[in-house]
Amino acid sequence: MKRRKFDAAALPAKTAGALDDRFQAATPLRKLLNKVFPDHWSFLLGEIALFSFIVLLLTGVFLTFFFEPAMTEVVYDGSYAPLRGTPMSAAYASSLDLSFDVRGGLIMRQMHHWAALLFMASIVVHMLRVFFTGAFRKPRETNWIIGSLLFWVGFLAGFTGYSLPDDGLSGTGLRIASGIILSIPVIGSWVSSSIFGGEFPGTIIISRFFIAHVLLIPGLLVALISVHLGLVFKQKHTQWPGPGRTNENVVGERMFPRYALKQGGFFMVVFGVIALMGGLFQINPIWYFGPYEAWVVSAASQPDWYVMFLDGSTRLMPAWEISIPLGDGYVIPPLFWPTVVLPGILVGLSTMYPFLEARRLKDYKHHNLLQRPRDAPARTAVGAMAVSFYVVLTLSGGNDVIADKFHISLNAMTWAGRIGLLVVPPLAYYVAYRLCLGLQQHDREVLAHGVETGIIKRLPDGRFVEVHQPLTPTDGHDGHGPALDYVGWVVPKKMNRLGALGPAIRGFFYPIEKPAEAPVSPGHPPVEPRPEREEIGSGERR
Amino acid sequence: MSTHTEHQAQRGPEPLDVNDPRLSRFEIVEEGARRDDIEIVHYEPQVVPGSKAERRLTRTVAAMFLLTGAAATAFLVIYIWWPWKWEAGRGGDKYYTPLLGATLGIALLGIGFGILTWGKKLLPKEVSIQDRHDQPGSPEDRKITGETMLYMADELGVKRRPLLGVSLLAGLVPVGAVVAAPLVGGLISQPHKNNQMFTTGFAPAEGGKRIRLIREDGRPIRPADVSVGGQLTVFPGIEGGVSNKHADSPTLLIHLREDDAQKSRAANARKGHGDYMWGNYVAFSKICTHAGCPASLYEQQTNRLLCPCHQSQFLITDNAKPVFGPANRPLPQLPIEVDEEGFFVARSDYTETIGPDFWERP
Repeated sequence: MKRRKFDAAALPAKTAGALDDRFQAATPLRKLLNKVFPDHWSFLLGEIALFSFIVLLLTGVFLTFFFEPAMTEVVYDGSYAPLRGTPMSAAYASSLDLSFDVRGGLIMRQMHHWAALLFMASIVVHMLRVFFTGAFRKPRETNWIIGSLLFWVGFLAGFTGYSLPDDGLSGTGLRIASGIILSIPVIGSWVSSSIFGGEFPGTIIISRFFIAHVLLIPGLLVALISVHLGLVFKQKHTQWPGPGRTNENVVGERMFPRYALKQGGFFMVVFGVIALMGGLFQINPIWYFGPYEAWVVSAASQPDWYVMFLDGSTRLMPAWEISIPLGDGYVIPPLFWPTVVLPGILVGLSTMYPFLEARRLKDYKHHNLLQRPRDAPARTAVGAMAVSFYVVLTLSGGNDVIADKFHISLNAMTWAGRIGLLVVPPLAYYVAYRLCLGLQQHDREVLAHGVETGIIKRLPDGRFVEVHQPLTPTDGHDGHGPALDYVGWVVPKKMNRLGALGPAIRGFFYPIEKPAEAPVSPGHPPVEPRPEREEIGSGERR
Repeated sequence: MSTHTEHQAQRGPEPLDVNDPRLSRFEIVEEGARRDDIEIVHYEPQVVPGSKAERRLTRTVAAMFLLTGAAATAFLVIYIWWPWKWEAGRGGDKYYTPLLGATLGIALLGIGFGILTWGKKLLPKEVSIQDRHDQPGSPEDRKITGETMLYMADELGVKRRPLLGVSLLAGLVPVGAVVAAPLVGGLISQPHKNNQMFTTGFAPAEGGKRIRLIREDGRPIRPADVSVGGQLTVFPGIEGGVSNKHADSPTLLIHLREDDAQKSRAANARKGHGDYMWGNYVAFSKICTHAGCPASLYEQQTNRLLCPCHQSQFLITDNAKPVFGPANRPLPQLPIEVDEEGFFVARSDYTETIGPDFWERP
């Protein structure tokens, strides 16, 4: 019998051939391996959100194995002695068990919570990057809209998630949520009653939130994130302007192997940071809050940070009630405006922004090159306004804690927030606009006159002037070369950017390679010898 | 096909013959990149093979991977053998989660930074330029696709046979309603069932029996139980009165000082609630009329009740009128008296709606 020789070395090629026969993978795979990605640190902020989301899925699945989404009343009988014998809901009892009676359950719970906070934070920071650099412009408006939706869906995921343990703090949050729903004109009481299955709190809300939190919302998130990434892939990433970079090309590195390795490493780093936070920093210690009881609350009840702006807007809202004297009389409570109308306006404004800007500038071209924030002062100023609006609201969401810690009157804090909300954003607009113009002007100045060297020269007539290093060869006339055009990218503003300091020495503790010829004094650019010392006089001799 | 070859011609030289044995592997890679409209304009190894720098970096990366292994092993050891059950005091179990986090974090950071160093420092640096190709389809292609779609509509012939379209719509709309019906029908819940939004646990029982005020532990309350200036959270003395089942019933019973009680009585009289107090005792709903949190921070000196959620403040001596913050409505007052056995009872249910405001609150 003839035995066929088994050739291990040929196996990969054979397998690859067999796969390509069946799936025609070679050509698309080459395209994928070759795809060029532009690289910049600010392009990695969205990745943090993506990686946190993966951690959320992993830890979340673990939590579902132990969490019991029921409001059935049980008497706690677990390891945590201070609460033993307390009647509570099964949801709260199983959350306590997760923290105390499931080995490693607490770190999973805390990692889940920290990952959620990081998820929302990186979404916000990523969004700011996209906004301030104009990356949302045509053709990427769709991805901007999906991104803004991701924030709000993430917001819902967070709220439904931290409501699940049914502890004292989250129950209060639910109570407020029911109040918010009640405040909606005409249908409020019907919607609230339908969601809670009767009067607050009912016995069903935790199970409903559970299925929303573990299936519906994550499903929506996965779908939105997939489209988001697919569009980034299809439309190719934006890039900063610079040498060789145009609106029609992508300058960067091919996806494999270096770019992919860096992404993989970054994922592990994000994962590691979440693990460190989950282990070392306590978050949401539900066992201190006790079970939810409608009559118990403590001061300094704050929601997760991304909800605080709504808490703040609610606190700042004056008690303006609109009564409608028809029949028995109807009311629109003050709670309606800061918690339903305001988020509605924010969603509308943020999703529509790309179109508003394009319309204002009559700019309907494709933009694949990013703008530095200073080069679009109006947009940067609008962004600064939005950020300051958000910050005032978020700070007001914790104004009782600020008042307590800094011994300020609580009412003064509320008034400061009310006035601040109206005054600070326009101020931020103005300041940001002026800053942008100032930075623009300085860029032009350097391009025209050169870099400030820090060397002060005394002229023969006694004046002092600073020596500028022109960026182009001088033509001998006035020490100026031809003025350079601004190309939308960083203008060197320090001498060491021009190589005046010699090569940087590589190595952390000691140099890996000795630089070939270090300048005499690395701290200073080479200076001309000074033979003309005796020439310095009153200036009259000239 | 012809446009394709023209395009090829524009791009310059004929594609390389990749089967040429003289080609290096990198040249084949470059050719592949070229076929994807990528030009590798700069490709520079960061370390010289066999150099000291390369050995050093290799050792660094290896050390990070080994650190990962060590930390992960430590994680497992701690996970299995460290005492982890909660105990009172400052036992070792308090370090269980921090130790797990530290070891897991170090393990993941080790592998993360190892991979990063490998990728960033040991692999060659490159700059490649790829064409974006984000032009829209050619006018011709657009026309073809558009016409194809219009032709499909022609084939369906809805225009010529409008009955099809109308009847399909007439069929689909009810189907959509069928999809929505179980969801809406199942979830919808009449908010005013049993008048639930306007009644609390203090509504007199059948036969007009007045409901007692009880403490959290279920005991009824005598006037002497609340000292002057003191306050107590009370509940309706019914089945489930001290539970979330009657989340709108918790009430604050306050024993006012004499002068405050006079003010309060006068305010009550102005509002037509002349008999709501009993002696110097008043009872107000604890559920904030703003968003429903318990308004539970009572400041004895100023007789203000503060809700810690949004800082609405209510002046107890003036019918619990809101004096600051976002609340727009006073806290409802519970009319109270003392029964024959000397315990507090509610004379009737609240006469105003409890809790957050809503559209049809009369």
